[in-house]
Amino acid sequence: MQLSRIVRTAADILYPFILIFGLYIVIHGHLTPGGGFQGGAVIATGSVLLLVAFRYSELTGDLRKGWMKIFESGGLLLFIGTALAALLVGGVFFFNWLANTGSLFGIPVAFGPNPGEIYTAGVIPVMNLAVGIEVWGGLSLIVMYMMGDLEEGGERS
Amino acid sequence: MIELFFHLLVLAGIVFAAIFVYMERDLLSAAIATGLFSFLISLEFYILQAPDVAISQAAIGAGLTTAIFIIAIRKVGRWEGDER
Repeated sequence: MQLSRIVRTAADILYPFILIFGLYIVIHGHLTPGGGFQGGAVIATGSVLLLVAFRYSELTGDLRKGWMKIFESGGLLLFIGTALAALLVGGVFFFNWLANTGSLFGIPVAFGPNPGEIYTAGVIPVMNLAVGIEVWGGLSLIVMYMMGDLEEGGERS
Repeated sequence: MIELFFHLLVLAGIVFAAIFVYMERDLLSAAIATGLFSFLISLEFYILQAPDVAISQAAIGAGLTTAIFIIAIRKVGRWEGDER
């Protein structure tokens, strides 16, 4: 089943916008609704849109199973590594060792109502990013394995 | 008042989408109607002030699940009940 030219062109045009929106949800996870899982799911929806509009064999330059496996494992390793690094610094497991230090995401939070500063909250944006990468890889892999089976077994209609 | 009307409209849309999914014999239309159902559910979550859940539902329910259904329909054929 070959999808129409309208679907393919719309998927091509929409893909970067979906990607940017998902990254916005991930990186603003500590300020606005949403977070790692939601943003990762939105990014995975963009990848899946391309997978549904095109054939899997046409996309092997952009999206590959191997890369998605690396993203999934790498996101999990970044998450647990950030949590374990607190032990090296001297806190307990999952201690927020980056907050209020002035380094990465370390600006102290202003008191009272404020529009929200993105470089705050310490370790939480890093973990949101890790979860976002992991969910993107995992949800894309699920669909990719279904597509791979489809390409081997032939299609109906 | 306008909020109540909008809320009732969304709820009625959910019911009609669900009935359409049950009645329809074209599986591709049914899959798209499932996506519409999920989208209305996410709108309902937003009305009930759970924007976090609404984003998850819109991404997973309306996006990924519909895509997985469409891929499965490519495999099994478009019409319900036709045996090869």
